[in-house]
Amino acid sequence: MPTPKDIQNEIIDNFSLFEGDMEQTLMYLMDLGKKLPAMPEEHKIEEFIVKGCQSKVWVFPKFTDGKVQFEVDSNTEITKGLLYLLWSIWNNQTPETILNTELYFIEKIGMSRMIGTQRSNGFTAMIQKMKAFATLYQQHGNS
Amino acid sequence: MKLDINHIRNQFPILHQEVNGKPLVYFDNAATTQKPQRVIDALNKYYTLDNANIHRAAHTLASRSTEYFEQTRKAIQQFINAKEDAECIFTKGVTESINLVAQSWGRKFLQAGDEVVITTMEHHSNIVPWQMICEEKGAILKVIPINDAGELLIDEYDKLLSPKTKMVACVWVSNALGTINPVKEIIEKAHAVGAKVLLDGAQACSHLEVDVQALDCDFLTISSHKLYGPTGVGVLYGKRELLDAMPPYQGGGEMIKEVTFAKTTYNDIPFKFEAGTPNIADVIAFKYALDFVNELGKPAIAKHEDQLLRHFVNGIVEIHGIKLVGTAAQKVSVQSFVLNNMHHFDVGMMLDAKGIAVRTGHHCTQPLMQRFGMDGTVRASFAVYNTIEEVDVLLDALRKLANLNT
Repeated sequence: MPTPKDIQNEIIDNFSLFEGDMEQTLMYLMDLGKKLPAMPEEHKIEEFIVKGCQSKVWVFPKFTDGKVQFEVDSNTEITKGLLYLLWSIWNNQTPETILNTELYFIEKIGMSRMIGTQRSNGFTAMIQKMKAFATLYQQHGNS
Repeated sequence: MKLDINHIRNQFPILHQEVNGKPLVYFDNAATTQKPQRVIDALNKYYTLDNANIHRAAHTLASRSTEYFEQTRKAIQQFINAKEDAECIFTKGVTESINLVAQSWGRKFLQAGDEVVITTMEHHSNIVPWQMICEEKGAILKVIPINDAGELLIDEYDKLLSPKTKMVACVWVSNALGTINPVKEIIEKAHAVGAKVLLDGAQACSHLEVDVQALDCDFLTISSHKLYGPTGVGVLYGKRELLDAMPPYQGGGEMIKEVTFAKTTYNDIPFKFEAGTPNIADVIAFKYALDFVNELGKPAIAKHEDQLLRHFVNGIVEIHGIKLVGTAAQKVSVQSFVLNNMHHFDVGMMLDAKGIAVRTGHHCTQPLMQRFGMDGTVRASFAVYNTIEEVDVLLDALRKLANLNT
């Protein structure tokens, strides 16, 4: 099982191929979003909406065998790509691993230039939501 | 007169830059227009040479800044053909202008059971202030519906009007659709039942000739920053008899005649409604924006912008998978659309990657979006400095996006 560090390094490598070309980067993000497993519609309810995003974003967590599984989705393709990055780093990791992850890939791939301040705030909200679920499972397990 | 667009573009330094490695194509003019060099220079000059608080001062700088400030008022009076410059009140924007009327006129003249009529295509700034005062007064808000092209249903407007109608607050040009509403007819019909009319001119004044006396509107709101001028400046035009009868909107300096702890008497218009130190620099620079528009002339501006719009619409209808939103017969150079295969936010970002600035979302017109069953659109809006070549850049980009297999 690759660690969050391994996955982040891979993300940084992959994004570096575009040498800052915004159009290709966004196309790549949209392609990544398509790799996400489909999220069941019944999980797309108010409780699992990430507030603070311009587009609609849902994060639905499960906790099995001491690890957190995330279902994530958005109504916009670029945001789905962003969700895919977080999902690939954190899906099936322990709450401790999630909470201890330093997300250094964000700065390395020039995320703020890519998505602008408004979306950066939304992206931060996604991270906080996923970490909040990790905190919950760390404290209370599956209860 | 045919405009020399290159000459015009050279007056706008901001246009000559690259965004994401591509030449900037600025099509977000309905949100705010760019500023010609003379406006930027006027701001610079004011703070370099003339800065002083206006009115009631004995020194030279103050009389100079006062004179320049009042020159803008005169320029606005001429721009809209108001009877006198005192009927032009400076505000911080259209939103404040509308709130001023809703709060001041509405507080005094609206009563329980009275009706205020707005349209489906209002910006939130011409909905919420009326909702607030209607709720406070027990008055009722009525809404003129539209057809699928984005045009007002005037027959339905006729049915809404009655002696209970006290105010018709209507957008002249829709910011989301570009529709030009038949305001002369709307005003005549409102006056026939004794109602007053506020025209939201935020989008109209940069495209259309404005003559408040010929229109006979009671109030008109104007935005400087949508008219090539600085942000933070708006105008409320009102007929003197109405402004005189209205109580002040805010209390403070400037708006008083005499203050004692027992009683304050108020200044005359326009100062009665201009409490506190105004946005002096931006008001002064606004005059230079008006000069810019006057020199070109609205008919020439409208003709050029109309060519851009027609070129864009002719191109976009050829692209499979794009739907136009807002197809009224009478329009300014604003076009909303949606792509079948891509969310408007994604379209906006993909266009930005090509250096093209458009607006995406609900355009502060959520009820209008609901009417069209959408949560938002992509909106391209063209100004006098835009070119046919730039429209082609957008059309090329949209052709590629519409063909993406998402």
